[in-house]
Amino acid sequence: MREIGVVGFAQSPSLRREPDRNEVEILIPVIHELKQSLSLAGRQFDFVCSGSSDYLAGQAFAFVSGLDAVGAWPPVCESHVEMDGAWALYEAWVKMQMGYADTALVYGFGKPSMGDLPITMALQLDPYVSTPLWPDSVSLAALQARLLLDGGLVSEREMAERAVRDRGHAQSNPFAQVKGDFEVAKLLSEPHLVSPLRKHDCAPISDGASAVVLAAGDRARELCKRPAWIRGISHIVEPQDLGVRDLTRSRSTEMAAARAGVWRGPVDVAELSAPFTHQEILVERALGLGAKTTVNPSGGALAGNPMMAVGLSRIGEAARRIWDGSAGRAVAHATSGPCLQQNLVCVLEG
Amino acid sequence: MSEAKEPVELLRTPVELAYTYSAGQSASRFLRGIAVGKLLGQKCPVDGRVYFPSRGSCPQHGMPFTGETLELTDKGTLVTYAIVRVPSENIPLELPYISAQVLLDGADTVLMHLLKAKLEDVHMGMRVKATWRPRSEWTTSVGNILYFEATGEPDALYESYKEHI
Repeated sequence: MREIGVVGFAQSPSLRREPDRNEVEILIPVIHELKQSLSLAGRQFDFVCSGSSDYLAGQAFAFVSGLDAVGAWPPVCESHVEMDGAWALYEAWVKMQMGYADTALVYGFGKPSMGDLPITMALQLDPYVSTPLWPDSVSLAALQARLLLDGGLVSEREMAERAVRDRGHAQSNPFAQVKGDFEVAKLLSEPHLVSPLRKHDCAPISDGASAVVLAAGDRARELCKRPAWIRGISHIVEPQDLGVRDLTRSRSTEMAAARAGVWRGPVDVAELSAPFTHQEILVERALGLGAKTTVNPSGGALAGNPMMAVGLSRIGEAARRIWDGSAGRAVAHATSGPCLQQNLVCVLEG
Repeated sequence: MSEAKEPVELLRTPVELAYTYSAGQSASRFLRGIAVGKLLGQKCPVDGRVYFPSRGSCPQHGMPFTGETLELTDKGTLVTYAIVRVPSENIPLELPYISAQVLLDGADTVLMHLLKAKLEDVHMGMRVKATWRPRSEWTTSVGNILYFEATGEPDALYESYKEHI
């Protein structure tokens, strides 16, 4: 395997509603900042890969205009996934492993505030029997939480504890949207949003963008004093039909974790992209995280959830802890689909 | 029990998503300009090319634009065109009409609009000028310009617009 490291990261603040910038205008300064920080221009990347969704933009081929932020003349070698930017990073990593590129710019961006996100997400379901019912994403997550609570596998208190922890950590993250000191007892006295979920159990809806630069071998060492080397990365998808999945555990996270080699060493920091508190618990369990791991030092997805960028940002946030030496080994997680259908796990080391 | 074995051949699952669209800062700046009769472009800080309308950054260098704008004249050159003789559901124009790519003087990107001319007179390099709607009808729309028309000036040199064909 080639040595490939994360050497740069930039992000926009997560905002409930960007008042007047369109999704490309949110992205432009993020990529500019990243290029400036590494003294690289657009055409100096061997490969460019993005993650975004035309369903969020409400326009076909909306991702093409994202290239305005990159600088695409003379022509660049470029690709796109209709997924979170974490999967764009996976594609770039594969391309680099194959020797086609030594550097890659990866970005994700989205402006879900333009539409009704929980309803838009129903389009991820099977189009014959599930989507026509238009089950929104919060209601589906609530069904999953109900399974966990009724089965005694998770308690509402444990769920609230995740919200308190992440919102507390987010106080040191200038890009986070939901942050502050909260008390479990007070959160539990709040009414349900969609039973059994309360507001604190759900990640916010956020407009935003983020970008990461990958580099191989010595090129990575030139660009970064202490690159966050990708020692393992894997993603697994579960079946589309919710009825055939075991929703009380995250099997695909477990499998991706094994393949990425999460358990080959201690995990100092984990950045998780679970958009609901009970899903965060499932991901922690699937990754086998214990008391020695600092989970979501940035606040994670529950503190800021820029659709199509939130998973990529977890990799960027985990890499930052490697760069500054606060972690020797970190795990980043990204998810896609309803109720943790597809999961990506990335192991980074200094 | 019926023996219905007819295959299901059709399933209707209508998808309707509502969006609150925002044009964005750059397009809004352009549209607010045209609402008062001003054609606003933006200059790339790297090579000085003028983008009209601007989309917030120079797509060649990926360089973000500041809020600074540049006012352009409503005169330019017909870079290329198409005579449209086929009706289209969402274009309520009388056929045939001339779809035109106009390079405004001082701009480095072309504007797509309409040209009013006799079909036999239309040619590349023609000098053209905007014909505006009455001021009382102006809104935040490129439709404030009804169409372009020939100025009668000598044609522009091919060299001056060949990059835009």
